[in-house]
Amino acid sequence: MTMILDHVSHAYESGTAMQVMALDNISLVIPDGQFIGLIGHTGSGKSTLVQHLNGLLAPTSGNIYYDGRDIHDEDYPKKELRSKVGLVFQYPEHQLFEVDVFKDVCFGPKNLGLSQKEIELRAYEALKLVGIEDEYFYQSPFDLSGGQKRRVAIAGVLAMKPQVLILDEPTAGLDPKGRDEILKQIAALKAKTGITVILVSHSMEDVAEYVERLIVMNRGRVLYDDTPSAVFAHYEELEKIGLAAPQVTYVMNELAKAGFAVRTDVTTIEEACDEILRVVSSVPFE
Amino acid sequence: MIRDITLGQYYQADSVIHRMDPRTKIVGTIAFIVSLFLIKNIIGYAAAAVFLAAVILISKVPFRYMVKGMKAVVFLLLITVVFNMFLTPGEVLVSFWKFRITKEGLRQAVFMALRLSFLIIGSSLMTLTTTPNNLTDGLEKLMKPLKILRVPVHEIAMIMSIALRFIPILLDETDKIMKAQLARGADFESGNLIKKAKSMVPILVPLFISAFRRANDLAMAMEARCYRGGEHRTKMKPLRYRGRDLTAYLTLAAFVAVIVMTRRIILPF
Repeated sequence: MTMILDHVSHAYESGTAMQVMALDNISLVIPDGQFIGLIGHTGSGKSTLVQHLNGLLAPTSGNIYYDGRDIHDEDYPKKELRSKVGLVFQYPEHQLFEVDVFKDVCFGPKNLGLSQKEIELRAYEALKLVGIEDEYFYQSPFDLSGGQKRRVAIAGVLAMKPQVLILDEPTAGLDPKGRDEILKQIAALKAKTGITVILVSHSMEDVAEYVERLIVMNRGRVLYDDTPSAVFAHYEELEKIGLAAPQVTYVMNELAKAGFAVRTDVTTIEEACDEILRVVSSVPFE
Repeated sequence: MIRDITLGQYYQADSVIHRMDPRTKIVGTIAFIVSLFLIKNIIGYAAAAVFLAAVILISKVPFRYMVKGMKAVVFLLLITVVFNMFLTPGEVLVSFWKFRITKEGLRQAVFMALRLSFLIIGSSLMTLTTTPNNLTDGLEKLMKPLKILRVPVHEIAMIMSIALRFIPILLDETDKIMKAQLARGADFESGNLIKKAKSMVPILVPLFISAFRRANDLAMAMEARCYRGGEHRTKMKPLRYRGRDLTAYLTLAAFVAVIVMTRRIILPF
């Protein structure tokens, strides 16, 4: 189910003096099963972009194709699209409304018109996927902790069994522990189901470890679209647009400058550790 | 989606009207509305139209912004016109089946429509050219004499300014929640009235929760800064009348005088 964006532009308040180009001529191909990181500074257009992917926003110009069909065709079933392209908004816990956790997760599949049995099965599976224990199922979602609420909200989208899962800043406002938990669960989910995952973030550290492809946005344009290590090689340019490469990139580059023959294209702390050990151990004692 | 609501919206521009003291604008709007009800004939409406058009021109607010505000009350306007047209007794002009349109009714309907549209355009001109903060400041100062009657003027003004401040925030929030529920396959459009009302629950519950949360946060922030109501509070930017306000008051007095004078003109229709 490849998704294709063909010269997509989007202007807010178009036709007025306050017109802002949120997206400027974006062309992307998102094939099946990729783990993608979408990175950009606040206001770079990343949230606007993801709202185009499930048809919540329509492009001012350009076309978006999912599975070979233009999603803005008159007869395209929008509801079906939204079940296939699941979008988890920023602070998704603010959308919870039902009397208990289980019912809230049922909301999505119920809207798809499935049988009661199927709805409950999906809700159960989704809650298990995000690591919510049975004992919380019949509690009010408002009594849970911040991290739990967020996982319930993510389960609410997962229960629709999307083929593409988009998460807009899933770690915003969480403590480091909650952040790691959510990211690990997303990675585990990706490994288990093989769906396409698009992780939107402004933090390189968040995504570097997990994604295989990194799209960097700046002022409504795609600046880089490559593997993480290739993108991080541009760490000086990234800084100019208010982003930063992971700290290991800086460490490795400083080491290289100081005369150590280390590779600078490592992205995670573990890789950096191995690389430094390799180089250090190859230096003979004098 | 729901950002088309212009009620209480501010339009940023640099004009004499924008810079005017909010008290002048409030008094002016009230005087304008009262004079609308004094008008007896078409000449009076013509005078009011000229006055309104002049003020709009000076304010530099595009006319379509006023019309946008009118959209919300078109239905009310239509009902008023229809009722006035058919239910006023008098000399019959047209009659069919059970309905009769009278000369007086027609006159009444046209005048009513004009009066209501002028009223709405006039008051939206005030909100379009005055920031909510300024507006409540002006109201507070104007209502100050009521303090003798133990009316909590400062508190009322505070409540108003907070309410106004929250309108765009809550609209934004509603937009976000709607989108989030749409992403979960919610459907707000199809079905009958009961189904539609039911489909609002996933929006209203999170909206109320967020409103309460925000109210709580704001109360805490105010407490933390030792907010204690109106006693002995001073303003960072106290309101002060300037030359342009005097000019405005004089113009306004002239306008009201003209309106009162048009009442004496007797036309054959």
